[in-house]
Amino acid sequence: MLEILGYPDRYSVPQGGEIRFMVSLEEGEKFEARLVRVINGDCNPEGPGLKFKEIAHAANGSYPGKRQKIDAGSYMVAPSVPRLGSFTFTAYVWPTLRTRNFQTIAAQGSVKIGLVEGALTLAAGEERHALDCRMLTRQWYAIKVSLDAKARRFTLEQMPLSTYALQNDRGRKSGRIAALPKTRKGFWIAGCPQGDGTVGEHFDGKIESPALLRIARWDFSREIPTTKTIDLGPSKHHGRLVNMPARAMKGHNWDGSEHRWMFKPEHYGAIHFHHDDLYDAGWEPSVALKIPADLKSGPYALHVRSGKSDEMATREDYISFFVVPRKGGRREKIAFLAPTCAYMAYANHAEHITAREAERTVGRLLQFGHSDLYMYEHPELGGSLYDSHLDGSGVCYSSRLRPVLNFSSRYHSWLGGHGSALWQYNADTHLFDWLDHHGFAYDAITDEDLHQQGHSLLKDYRVVLTGTHPEYHSTPMWDAMKRWLDEGGRLMYLGANGWYWRVAFHKELPGVIEVRRAEDGIRTWAAEPGEYYHSFNGELGGLWRRIGRPPNVMCAVGFIAQGFDLSSYYRRGPDSYHPRANFIFEGVDEEVIGNFGLIGGGAAGLELDCVNVRLGSPPNTLKLASSENHSALVMLVNEEFGVVPPNLGGDQNDQVRADLAFAELPGGGAVFSVSSIAWCGSLSHNNYDNSVSHITANVLNRFVKPEPFA
Amino acid sequence: MAYRINPETDRAYIEEFRRSPIGLHSPGLRRVLNTLRYDPTGRQVILVCRKPFKEWVLGEMPAHRSEPLAVEAGPVFTSREEAEWEVFRRRWKAHTGENINLPLKEQD
Repeated sequence: MLEILGYPDRYSVPQGGEIRFMVSLEEGEKFEARLVRVINGDCNPEGPGLKFKEIAHAANGSYPGKRQKIDAGSYMVAPSVPRLGSFTFTAYVWPTLRTRNFQTIAAQGSVKIGLVEGALTLAAGEERHALDCRMLTRQWYAIKVSLDAKARRFTLEQMPLSTYALQNDRGRKSGRIAALPKTRKGFWIAGCPQGDGTVGEHFDGKIESPALLRIARWDFSREIPTTKTIDLGPSKHHGRLVNMPARAMKGHNWDGSEHRWMFKPEHYGAIHFHHDDLYDAGWEPSVALKIPADLKSGPYALHVRSGKSDEMATREDYISFFVVPRKGGRREKIAFLAPTCAYMAYANHAEHITAREAERTVGRLLQFGHSDLYMYEHPELGGSLYDSHLDGSGVCYSSRLRPVLNFSSRYHSWLGGHGSALWQYNADTHLFDWLDHHGFAYDAITDEDLHQQGHSLLKDYRVVLTGTHPEYHSTPMWDAMKRWLDEGGRLMYLGANGWYWRVAFHKELPGVIEVRRAEDGIRTWAAEPGEYYHSFNGELGGLWRRIGRPPNVMCAVGFIAQGFDLSSYYRRGPDSYHPRANFIFEGVDEEVIGNFGLIGGGAAGLELDCVNVRLGSPPNTLKLASSENHSALVMLVNEEFGVVPPNLGGDQNDQVRADLAFAELPGGGAVFSVSSIAWCGSLSHNNYDNSVSHITANVLNRFVKPEPFA
Repeated sequence: MAYRINPETDRAYIEEFRRSPIGLHSPGLRRVLNTLRYDPTGRQVILVCRKPFKEWVLGEMPAHRSEPLAVEAGPVFTSREEAEWEVFRRRWKAHTGENINLPLKEQD
């Protein structure tokens, strides 16, 4: 089990800036902390091993610690609603999880309206009155609950908006309240305060148009991109949303006539609340660091340790972050663009816990390290954009303001290919290690920086290196990268399945992104029809390819296949002997490239891209080498076919391949794409003396030179 | 109905799996593995790593996350392949009633 964990308040801190770390101990009362530069986070004995460089810092030392908890679950609170005596509450509700106990629809003090296993219930202190009928899940109901304080009488009423034969889900009940409940100022929706100071008894499902007759009428179709809820009533008892429930959700009246919530907001008056939503864990800061102004930009971590690890417990963690160049400071010619959107998208990725197809998909047993055991027991950490809430709806928001157990050195993923089994951040440390070994000077910048600063962040760099799987990009990030390339930038795309999903950043809250898994692509959940537009900015979500900007337009290749068991190798093609490619293969005599590596045993694996001019690969793209002999579990991705072919696997389908690609760009720039997530896992083979390493170094050494390509 | 293991015709794949628990497998072995690797009860065998790249034990994940994981104290495996073989043998027994009394590797 993991006995110490934490998270930083930012993933990107400039030289001279400050960063704080929130740490929780499962046992003990103190921990040691030290600043380290991350060089290699892979402890596979077949590779070069873990490498961290301690940075002398006044903050390195011993700290008091304690257990810090997470209060997950989304809700609305309207603090100014006065104490209620008699009231009539109405709303539309769409419950999604009947099995949990009391689920609050609305509450004030000890008066609570909610569902108990699907039955509409009025709780007044210890007293409970419920309808005899149950709501069906994923059906709309109009509810009305009244309390006459003077007569001490209540009425409960629910009316289904769709009727089905043989279903008894319409009900009405009146009765007498024995004791008037205590109320206090403020009104709560989808959760209510508990005795221990937390907010609990959350509701799973949609709520629309909650109203207190003659007091307040909240319209959730207003201010959708924000955390505000607007009261249209005279007293303006506006509310605020906590823990990011899903907005821009179809309401009871959505009829398919409009799919864009901005153009018919009255059809998008629902908010989907979940008991397992989380935005900000809100832990107390444990360590604060002032980053020295002269600290080299790059990947760093706060190494925290609470004792000696053994086979039953891990008592250390590397809380990752990047030091980026300060504004106006010196820049290197090379930048590593840390794919922090992808890191956030995969934050606490838990399909090994929730998906029962996972073992068949990866072709081997699902490995659980100590972090995974902790993740299993702590669903309140919040899911990734690959996970579903317990009610089956997809997680469409992901925040970095919480412990992210797989954004850490030493984390070995159930997904990441036989061998080192790395995915995302820790896989990218193979690149950090190679850059360090060869002494390449580089800066680190992050997706979030690129989103905020746009093209100005990139303009001084000659080369941008990606991580192994830069899958998620916002529109400002996409536009900035494209402009930089058009103006002469050189992109080394050292992974695969990049520029795949469009994401949005919240305009007010830091560190949270949104995805809508619309229509197409490899999806572990699918957005509901009519819910394809981001709530954060109104953009159409989904695949960049479906939006009209295939990844090929950016990096000359696009996603073609995936499989997570074994990796393979590339074989050089005729284009690799073209004089334009001479610089790439200087000193490389082999026909077969990368038949070795820590990720699945080869340089071509996990997720693969290929050249496709029809999708936007430049017509001058050189297809230098293509991978072959992939396993049957490496399969064509579904956006590549309309009718399901019987030969999906790499053992029978020639489309299943990674194309090593190079293209000059009209502004003098160029793009080099390896088209495989596993590529960087081969860099260190044979003490970094191998074809994958030589090709990568040849390209980087040429790309950093100022001479234009075209 | 989806495929069911037929011990008479599928026995040939035991040796193929034993030679290479994680590798390029024949279509016949893949069909056997796809069958063995799915439990309709919702339970899931997992591989618990006690020391990275050194020590593993088996565990079982229940159908519902609200219930605790069951982690075995032993046997302790020193490679992933050993664990794959043990799980294969257990599942073969569950599906066919037959014991596979073979180690992953023959003793020298």
